[in-house]
Amino acid sequence: MSQSSRKKLLLMGRSGSGKSSMRSIIFSNYSAFDTRRLGATIDVEHSHLRFLGNMTLNLWDCGGQDVFMDNYFTSQKDHIFKMVQVLIHVFDVESKSINKDMETFVKSLTNLRKYSPDAKVFVLLHKMDLVQIDKRDELFSIMMEKLQKISNPYSFKLVGFPTSIWDESLYKAWSQIVCSLIPNMNLFNSNLLKFNEVLEAEEIILFEKTTFLVISSTSTMQQQQQQQQQPEATLDPKRFEKISNIIKTYKQSISKLRTGFTNLIIRGSNGTHFYVDVLTNNMFIMIILKDTDANTNYVSNHEESMILENIRAARKDFEKIENSR
Amino acid sequence: MEATVMQDPRDRSATILLMGLRRGGKSSICKVVFHNMQPLDTLYLESTSKPTTEQFSSLIDLSVMELPGQLNYFEPTYDSERLFSSVGALVYVIDSQDEYLNALTNLSMIIEYAYSVNPRINIEVLIHKIDGLSEDYRLDAQRDIMQRTGDELLDLGLEGVQVSFYLTSIFDHSIYEAFSRIVQKLIPELPSLENMLDNLVQHSAIEKVFLFDVNSKIYVATDSSPVDIQTYEVCGEFIDITIDLNDLYVDESAKDLTRTTKPLKSVSHLSNGSLLYLGQMIRGLALVALVRYEEDKLDGSLAIIDYNVNQFKKSLMKMWDGARLNR
Repeated sequence: MSQSSRKKLLLMGRSGSGKSSMRSIIFSNYSAFDTRRLGATIDVEHSHLRFLGNMTLNLWDCGGQDVFMDNYFTSQKDHIFKMVQVLIHVFDVESKSINKDMETFVKSLTNLRKYSPDAKVFVLLHKMDLVQIDKRDELFSIMMEKLQKISNPYSFKLVGFPTSIWDESLYKAWSQIVCSLIPNMNLFNSNLLKFNEVLEAEEIILFEKTTFLVISSTSTMQQQQQQQQQPEATLDPKRFEKISNIIKTYKQSISKLRTGFTNLIIRGSNGTHFYVDVLTNNMFIMIILKDTDANTNYVSNHEESMILENIRAARKDFEKIENSR
Repeated sequence: MEATVMQDPRDRSATILLMGLRRGGKSSICKVVFHNMQPLDTLYLESTSKPTTEQFSSLIDLSVMELPGQLNYFEPTYDSERLFSSVGALVYVIDSQDEYLNALTNLSMIIEYAYSVNPRINIEVLIHKIDGLSEDYRLDAQRDIMQRTGDELLDLGLEGVQVSFYLTSIFDHSIYEAFSRIVQKLIPELPSLENMLDNLVQHSAIEKVFLFDVNSKIYVATDSSPVDIQTYEVCGEFIDITIDLNDLYVDESAKDLTRTTKPLKSVSHLSNGSLLYLGQMIRGLALVALVRYEEDKLDGSLAIIDYNVNQFKKSLMKMWDGARLNR
């Protein structure tokens, strides 16, 4: 059990492409501004991160200067590339020497093919904020096409994300990366759908506790089930990342009072109710409810405690799933 | 001051004059504060302007008077005399990162003049740009500046003048805090608001309560317990978080006018046994409170707070209605 729950993640890319900044923002509560203080990473920096309780992420942040890079591909290659679950390769969109970037990417793919062929490969096109807004999509698709082409011989399926530390795209990329590592996702999902049936909520979102990355949500599952339908037009498609961002800001803000928070209830302006509460030791749940009945100020007071009671009841089930791993 | 307002309705008793040597940071303060001021302006235009004398076209007018670095050039003409007499507060900005002896002589001269024209003027000194100083040095600088100003005023025979000092920086909340206090001094009707808040605090186990203007980070009133800057920051940020989350789920298509928007309300339990409470009041005001509760009495005390806050809101509305009738 413990063996399978250790995940090795390689974070690679040329020097200055923003690898350590990413790591610090997602896992160490840095703000985007704070990352300026980070210096160059020397060789490989290991960090062990507990995620969802019994899952340990071993994040190998590999310094990207040429000296180190050459080392990785020659003397250290079996040490670095063995038992890798995920390779995250970061490309700087402003990089002058794209060919060299590609070269290192191909080199790491070759080694990965040899030592851990089952690894998942993610590419992040980083520092997207430096590109004009109307050109971002085009640049992203061109780069992805190119990368897919050069990685075809190695039979890896690439998943790519445009990212920037200055907006919420970083959270989106990382929550997808991390979710690909969670073993019993389906159990979580089916239970979440059941819970949603009970509550008749607008949507329910699950977050990891320390990083506040989105693990799962009901609306995306429903979308997958009815694929052909047009995506819902009304809600902000980036809302999950924004919520992650907002709540992390909140956590940082109340850390000034030297405390954390256990729940947050908001009664919104157009009849929407928000409940953010602890679900298990490692997860937060967020429930969004729409008021069907207008002018019910009195009733909703009772509703509030009922929803909280419901969450309390659901807690046991989710804890069971979590511990079954 | 109020008497002059009666005579000339265009006179505004709550005008703030921002002064200081060049490059002291006045215009930046202006930008930051002006930006925050607008919602507050509308508040006092229409809502709780209970005394009828208090009718401004805007609450705060910041006019930046650029002063030359050399004192000798400064010879107030008739115009500045009128300016000083119509002003409620004089805010003097001292750049704490620069040599400030010049600024201090300049300050005492301005005080002497302003006081002779308008003895009721509030004199506020911002020891500005403290973000560049280390913690220890800040207090030293403040003590030094206070000492020297006091000496200068004594030499001029003006020991009765009240001068308040603030350590400020636009990069944290200190400038908002300072301006909150300056603004509060200018509105003599605020004690009634403060009394109401004190009442609220006494009867609902609240530790600290602020009446915030939602769009700015300035608090219009608070209860009489001392303000802890961290509590203030957290409360201000709590408003942002509530609004941001709420906005994500307000769909554009459903924004028709038939549905009345309900007042925002949010409650957050913290793990150290306290609670952040936000209730939307009238006209873009929000009440944010930090509550400490006992574990077993939670449900009851929350209901009491809800009820009391509602009462507070009702009395606010009454004040506002009364102000409209009186006009």
